[in-house]
Amino acid sequence: MTRRTCRVAPPNAVASALVVVKRITSSVPRTISNMALSSLLEPPVPGFNFENSARNFVLETSSDEGKIKAPKPMKTGTTIAGVVYKDGVVLGADTRATSEEVVADKKCAKIHYIAPNIYCCGAGTAADTEKTTDMLSSNLTIFSMNSGRNPRVIMAVNILQDMLFRYRGQIGAHLILGGVDCTGSHLYTVGPYGSMDKVPYLAMGSGNLAALGILEDRFKANMNLDEAKALVSDAVHAGIMSDLGSGNNIDLCVITKEGVDYIRPHKKSPYNLKGQAKYKYKPGTTPVLTQTVTHLELELVHETVQMMETAGSS
Amino acid sequence: MSVKRKQIKQTSRHLELSDAGTGTQDLSTSGGHIAVRQRVLVVCFMMISAQNYGDKMKEYHYTGPVEHKFSPYAFNGGTVLAVAGDDFAIVASDTRLSEGYSIHSRDSPKCYKLTDTTVLGCSGFHGDCLTLTKIIEARLKMYKHSNNKTMTSGAIAAMLSTILYGRRFFPYYVYNIIGGLDEEGRGAVYSFDPVGSYQRDSYKAGGSASAMLQPLLDNQIGFKNMEKVEQLPLSLEKAVQLVKDVFISAAERDVYTGDALKLCIVTKEGIREEIMPLRKD
Repeated sequence: MTRRTCRVAPPNAVASALVVVKRITSSVPRTISNMALSSLLEPPVPGFNFENSARNFVLETSSDEGKIKAPKPMKTGTTIAGVVYKDGVVLGADTRATSEEVVADKKCAKIHYIAPNIYCCGAGTAADTEKTTDMLSSNLTIFSMNSGRNPRVIMAVNILQDMLFRYRGQIGAHLILGGVDCTGSHLYTVGPYGSMDKVPYLAMGSGNLAALGILEDRFKANMNLDEAKALVSDAVHAGIMSDLGSGNNIDLCVITKEGVDYIRPHKKSPYNLKGQAKYKYKPGTTPVLTQTVTHLELELVHETVQMMETAGSS
Repeated sequence: MSVKRKQIKQTSRHLELSDAGTGTQDLSTSGGHIAVRQRVLVVCFMMISAQNYGDKMKEYHYTGPVEHKFSPYAFNGGTVLAVAGDDFAIVASDTRLSEGYSIHSRDSPKCYKLTDTTVLGCSGFHGDCLTLTKIIEARLKMYKHSNNKTMTSGAIAAMLSTILYGRRFFPYYVYNIIGGLDEEGRGAVYSFDPVGSYQRDSYKAGGSASAMLQPLLDNQIGFKNMEKVEQLPLSLEKAVQLVKDVFISAAERDVYTGDALKLCIVTKEGIREEIMPLRKD
């Protein structure tokens, strides 16, 4: 790929742009605080908001001294699976979150609460799945309060689709939504570009191929609860063993008309090898260079004695 | 700048009139008015800056012939570790071979026995590891036939450095660590970089989890960052236990390390092998 030298040095351009921003905003200080509050209550601006994309591109491709690398977000590198059974929906997920090749979190919770009857598993960028599901949950709570009804799964799907399509895939959230509402039990998948699919069984994340192998082999319609839990657990387990981005424990969430059973953990990781030797350090191993002692002046204000009722006294 | 400010003010006034005229507006508060003006300011500012980056915008939406690259290397993961004591050396490696997020093999050890007193650990690109070990074994045989003696650890290290530098401009993507006994029977560890720079150490970690293992070895074997600690010489049992513990921790946090740990313990009696299972997920 050939690189052209740019005519305008970007760091200077950015610096002058920042200076311009300061001048504009300093002339209207009071209205900014008013504006901030009212912009929170405004409906979202239609269309795409790519204000920063040109600036980001310039920052990343500028000369070596001015080059600024964008920080890499933490992905979950996951296996998530869901299955519709006779009385409802079973969702399953592993608990490992990776930051490229390092395990960042061994006990990550990937099954998020949306509504009392709807839960969502999230794969992809960890922050995106957290915030998207939080936002969805808030919206549905507002709807419940307004209408006095439990939200339906299809509503959650529609809100997610609208938001993810509007951001053109920049929000890396691959979600599995499952829930039971007045129309029955449903399982949907929503992709980061805004696509949607309604299916009886599903797996997403980096371990989805391994999990899907198990699901394709053993899924049948109208299973009972034990079969469904075993199937989802085995599917997630296959993902954990075959995929390096998934691991540690397995969480399950069973949603029925009667209620929700959030089993965390359903199956703990069988690998809990602990080191044999003790690595303890005696006090004084780290040298103390200076020590400052400050006495606190405390005044005794009030003293009370309260007798406890112990077993001895009667 | 002042000319542009006038333009901005005019456009915002225009908006005010239109808003008042329609009557039906979702930005009914005065705060909303100001929000509109601020947005116009922002848009004008962005147009100014976008002109500066006009060239770059065109590059961003590049439509033309695209060059696809074929990379001759792949990263197959794995971690190697070598520790030298007074009369022993340990070379340890995990046995997982991976690529991307998949596992190729759970039983692919990375320690290769070269002579009765030397073990080589190599991690990185598995194709280059295999070729490199074949070349080294051939060179060892040639030396044995022409000099009627086996190569010493130091000689093997020097030879490996030359072999690696011979491919300076298309390197072997391998992180090598040699562990063995030197001529006096003391433990020796030689660590290499992909193009042949090497030095003799008393302990070294290489491969994908090297950054996690090396600090702990520095502290426990090198007694770094500690004061008032009795600096006892490292015994074989303590070294073996330390290596096992350190790999257990590495497997917890590095996705490319796991499955099993293979230890090659080199003493004057010979080379003893030990296998310990690690996390498989």
